[in-house]
Order: sequence, then C-alpha cells, then structure tokens
Amino acid sequence: MAVAFDEMNIPGGDLRPAYQELARWLKETPPEALEYRRQEAELLFRRIGITFAVYGDSESTERLIPFDVIPRIMSGKEWALLEKGLKQRVRALNMFLRDIYHGRDILRAEVVPDDLIFQNPVFRPEMNGQQVPHDVYVHIAGIDIVRVDAEDFIVLEDNARTPSGVSYMLENREIMMRLFPDLFARHRVAPVERYPDELLAALRSVAPQSASGEPTVALLTPGVYNSAYYEHSFLADKLGIELVEGRDLIVKNNEVFMRTTEGVKRVDVIYRRVDDDFLDPLTFRPDSVLGVPGLMSAYAAGNITLANAVGTGIADDKAIYSYMPDIVKFYLGEEPILKNVPTWRCREPKDLAYVLDNLGELVVKEVHGSGGYGMLIGPAATKATIEAFREKLKREPEGFIAQPTLALSTCPTCTASGLAPRHVDLRPFVLTGSKSTTIVPGGLTRVALKEGSLVVNSSQGGGTKDTWILDE
Amino acid sequence: MLSRTAENLYWLARYVERAEYLARTIDATLRVTALPAAYIGKTNEWDSALLTAGVAASFYQAYEEANEHNVVEYLSFSANNPSSIRNCIEAARLNSRSVRTALTSEMWDTINSAWIELQAVWSKGTSTREDLAKFLRFVQETSLRFDGSAYRTMLRNDAYWFSRMGVHLERADNTARILDVKYHVLLPEEEHVGGPLDFYQWSSILRSVSALTAYHWVYRETLKPWLIADLLILNDTLPRSLASCYGNLVRNLDQIGVAYGRQGPAQRHARGIRNRLEHSNMNDIFQHGVHEFIQEFIADNSRLGEIITKQYLI
Repeated sequence: MAVAFDEMNIPGGDLRPAYQELARWLKETPPEALEYRRQEAELLFRRIGITFAVYGDSESTERLIPFDVIPRIMSGKEWALLEKGLKQRVRALNMFLRDIYHGRDILRAEVVPDDLIFQNPVFRPEMNGQQVPHDVYVHIAGIDIVRVDAEDFIVLEDNARTPSGVSYMLENREIMMRLFPDLFARHRVAPVERYPDELLAALRSVAPQSASGEPTVALLTPGVYNSAYYEHSFLADKLGIELVEGRDLIVKNNEVFMRTTEGVKRVDVIYRRVDDDFLDPLTFRPDSVLGVPGLMSAYAAGNITLANAVGTGIADDKAIYSYMPDIVKFYLGEEPILKNVPTWRCREPKDLAYVLDNLGELVVKEVHGSGGYGMLIGPAATKATIEAFREKLKREPEGFIAQPTLALSTCPTCTASGLAPRHVDLRPFVLTGSKSTTIVPGGLTRVALKEGSLVVNSSQGGGTKDTWILDE
Repeated sequence: MLSRTAENLYWLARYVERAEYLARTIDATLRVTALPAAYIGKTNEWDSALLTAGVAASFYQAYEEANEHNVVEYLSFSANNPSSIRNCIEAARLNSRSVRTALTSEMWDTINSAWIELQAVWSKGTSTREDLAKFLRFVQETSLRFDGSAYRTMLRNDAYWFSRMGVHLERADNTARILDVKYHVLLPEEEHVGGPLDFYQWSSILRSVSALTAYHWVYRETLKPWLIADLLILNDTLPRSLASCYGNLVRNLDQIGVAYGRQGPAQRHARGIRNRLEHSNMNDIFQHGVHEFIQEFIADNSRLGEIITKQYLI
C-alpha cells in the first residue's frame, strides 16, 4: 500500500497552507488544555443527547460517536473543485434515474448492462413511467469522498437513498465554536448553518401541483429505536416541520394526511428517512409497521412528493458505481471531475479471476452492503478470513465488487499518545430542488480512530471531526 | 400539532409528577416511621404508602412483608413495578425522545440529565438512609426543574397546555389517593378524639403534598383534621388541592378550545367536576361521606383522562 497523503504536512517538513494557523495554535496550546476541551466536548454531546444506536449491541443501546476536536481543513480552492465535481455527479445521478424509469436510453446505448438494472432488487418497477416533480429523484445526496493525493478527489460511494450524518456536521460546528472561539477568530471558516434553510427550500420547491401555496412538509422517521433517530428529530426541529411516524399518517382518496389534535391535515412533501421496503405495506413488505398503507397510490396519483424518490437505490448500488464515469459522460457529455476508485466487477469472469488471485491486496465489498459490514479488507485480514471470503465470492460472484486498498489521506487527530495522523473521509451533502443544486461548504469528516485502520464507519469505531473550508 | 406529540407531552408530564409524588410519599413515610411506636400506633405506614401509590396488589405478589426495605425498593427502583420512580423517569425520557422537537432544550436537559444520573449514580438503588434521602431529593428536584423549565421556556400554545393538563390530572389523582387512604383520620370535629398519634398522621399527610407550611399560613391554627381536608379538597390557593387542579384543568382545556375554535366533551366534563368542587363545602362532604366523595372524584378524574385521550390524543 502506498504512503497515505498527509493533509497537514508536506514530506520534508513544510506545512500545507490551510493548516499553518492551526499548527501555530497547536504549538501554543498545552496538551492539558486540549484534553480538557475534549472532555468538555464529550459532556456537551452527551447532554444534548446526540447519540446513535448500534444494532445488536445490547451493552449500550445509545452510544456517542467519538468526536475529535482537531478540525479537518481544506482551502477554498480545493473546495471549489470538489463542489463542481459533486454538482456534476448528482446531476448525472438524477438524469440516470429519470432515464432508467422512463426511456432507458442508456440501456439501449449499452453503456450499462440491462440485467444489472432489471435483476437488481433495489430496482422498483413501481416507478416505471412515474412522474416525479421537476424530475428530481435524489433531493439529498451524501457522496463519500476520499483523497489519496493533493490533486484528486475520489468518490468512494454515492448515497442516494437516505444518507445520514448531516446533524453531526451541524452540531460539530456548534460545539467547536463554543469550545474554540479563539481558534475560529484566527481563521475565516465558511459557515454551515444555513443547511436546514436550504433543505427546507429544496423540499418545498418540489411539492406536487395539487399542494396549496404553502406546502406542508413532514419528516418521516422509523421511530425512536432507529439508529439515526436523533438526527431525524434534530432536523425536524431545525426545519420547523412535524416529525411523523407511519402511524401518524393516513391516506384518504389518494391524499396523505397527518393526525393532529385538530383533526387531519394534508401533507404535501415527505422527507422520508424510512427505506423503500418499509414505506407502504400494501406495495412493499407487508409486515412493515413503519410505513403508511396506501402511500404509494397517493404517490402514483401525484399528490405527495417523497424525498428521496422511491427507487433511487438503483443509482447508488455498488455494481452501478463502477459505471458512473460512463454515466456522467453519457448524460452530460463532460469528463467526470471526480474520479472513481478502479473497480473490478466480480460478475465479469476476467475481473473475478483477477480478484481471486489478489484477494490479499484488495478490498472486496458486497454490492448491497452498507455501514462497512460484510466487506473484506485484504491487507488487514487473516488467511482464514480470506479463504472463507474466497468461497463466498465463488458461490455468488455477482454479489461483489473489488477495489484496491486505498491509502486514505490522514489528518492530525487526538490519540492517547498525543496528536497522530489518522485516516479520514468526507461526506458532503448535496441538495437538489426544482431550480438549483446547493452544497454547504464542508460536510461530515469521518475518522478511523484506531491506528492504521481504514474503517471510518461510526458503527465500527469511527469518529467525526468538524470540517473547515477556508474562505479565502 | 400531531396527536402523538400531544399524547407524549401529556404522559411525560404525568410521569414526572408521579415520580415526585412517590418520592414525597416515601419521604413522609420515613418521617412517621422514625417516631417511637407510641406516637404512630399500630398502623403499618409502609402499607399505607403502597395503597396511596395504588400498587399494593402487585407488591404482595412479589413480597411477603411491607417494610421499609421492600417498599422503598418497590416504589423507587423496581423494574417490575411499572410506576416505580425508576420506570417513571425511564418512561419520561422515552417520551421526551419521541417529542424532542416539542420540548425546549431546558426541559430535555432536565429529563436527560436525570436519566443519566439515574443510571450513573442510582443503578444499584440505595443502601443507607442518607443515600435514600439524597435520592428522594434528586427526584423532587428533577420535577421542580422540569416544571420550572416548562413554565419559563415553553411557548404558550397547545404543547404547553397538554403538558400542564398531564401535571394537573396526575396531581389531582395523587392528592385524592392520599385522602382515600387516610380519610379515616380526617373525621369531623365532633366525631373525633384527637391525640398525639393523629397529629403525626396529619402532618404526614400534609408533608406528602408539601403543604405543611401552607396549612399554617392559610388557617393560622394547630392541625385540625377537617381543616386539612378542606385545604386538600376545596382550597384553590393550594396548588395540590383538587379545586386548584381543576381550576387549572378547566383553564387549559378552555385555552385549547379557543385555539382550536371548538369545545368538546372534555371541556364539559372538566367544568362539571370543577363546578361540583366550587359549590361544595366540607359539611356537605362529611355528610355525604368523605370516602364516597373521594372515590367518586377518583373515578371522575380518570374518566376525564379517557375523554381527553379520545378527543385529542388518538
């Protein structure tokens, strides 16, 4: 594996410009002071109740995501490039979805193979021919970005279903500003606090035609036992909209209503944080108690907008991922600004053979997996794990893709033995409304706290950092 | 607002109020039982505590004897008692989590901190009297903080009124239950032979509704049972009296009625109870029988709860 790109230090001893002020500040700040602030931050997080649940962890059903107080910093120039790339990518994702559920030009042109769509469990035939307002499918996208050098941003994963984490982006900033006012005074950090306003504006802009002038937006949550429940309630609060559960909604004459103390009230846009499968027991899983019976028929009648749309999973599927550069070129006629990680599709015999020969150096992922579960990190795995994985791979090659092990970039991070480099990624949140696509500068930086670890997922010991885009 | 949100706010307030009431009951019982036997007679005060909490039946399924250790354990910490203080705080936090957006950060912080302290400090219960006193104070302070932050920080809209309704309905129920268990020591003057024994019973009743000082301010008298009954039932200056609770319930329901532009059975039922309290005097009540009066009240009060639920919460 190559040496990781250090975001703060240039080999040879110099500092990258964006980090110079931070480095100076760190030199002036005694380690005890840093440790004290770190404890204070943890206390604040616990007080506010920012917790998340780890499924299958009976010890603590609510847990804090570790927060690292050292910010991750990017220059305005770097951000400008990234922002352009993200907008391009999300535009292509929306056009791809519109095409897949309508004319299917891309399949006819044989850019993407048919069976990858039609045999894919996340493809929703219910969406065929369905009009969605302004052709926006992915209103909220979380695109996971990694860096391996100073020049390029690489997309690790597109999240086009119900990406989470934005509440941490907002709260991390809030807490940092409270704990380190002096550090902020020495930088010009682009603010992130307008995210809720932009989200609400985007959601309102895609209300169905039958909505009144002031469309009613609600956030649909699976409930308090969901791992991201804190975020759902946080966002509903910041947006000033009702946080509803399936049981709060009813469908009458193909319109959706919520039960209130004053009788029922029509809902026009649902920012749903419930997966497709659970949305409507009459259409999808009949055993779902989280959904709303009849929701899909109201959707088909065009009386409710769901954000994100149903069936967006087909765009962030890991098997589709490998085609993204071609998808961008196909719809936009442009070169993709953001790179893809080179990907071997195990469904293709040639690729599979290569993967099987090189398991020890590759990362192998389940096509439908998420949260960092069910993947093999070759260089870190034992021989036995690799052999077990080899059998799985041979049994069901179409269920996997493989990628080289990336040397994710590193940022200085507080550890038990002082500041040390740790691997990071970045999830910016891209909002698409009827008229525009916006991104608040920054996103959620996730950091692998264990030395050498490349797994940044919060469910597996990852932490978060505040992400600073310097306004130059 | 969402019916589910209103329901959560209402129950959240009830749980907190109930936790405080249980803490006061235990506190008052500890004081009485600390007296030499000659002062309190043969009644088992711990048994009374169970009765006022309404959990005597379930208690005796789990324990043989109603003594300090068992009753404190059951009322404070037992996981099997659905309305133990611990379970009340747990339920209050769960409700708070479901209505985070309707709570002010001060209210959330109160409940969340209490829940954290419950786990961090009180997960094993208490082993000494001193510990127990600390625990009871913690519960009462949580309730005060919750009430205070609701009062000081909530918008005066339906969310606030539903929450206050929970407080007053629960409080009326609690006061009525004490009266129900203790009515036999509150007989009218001519029928009663007072002794030192009763004095401690009486002060204990007042203490459990935090009205001992209030009594002296209102009546400027030594403790007299019929005045205690008057204070707890009819005196609307005492926040825990039935009359005061119903004054507030009627007001909150009216505010909701005005905001929503219509009244319903809940408003009518609450006004009916309030009017009965307003037009009663202690003589009539004693004539009619305190016990019967209280029993009727408890039934009426819980009917109001059902009507509110039907009209607004589901």
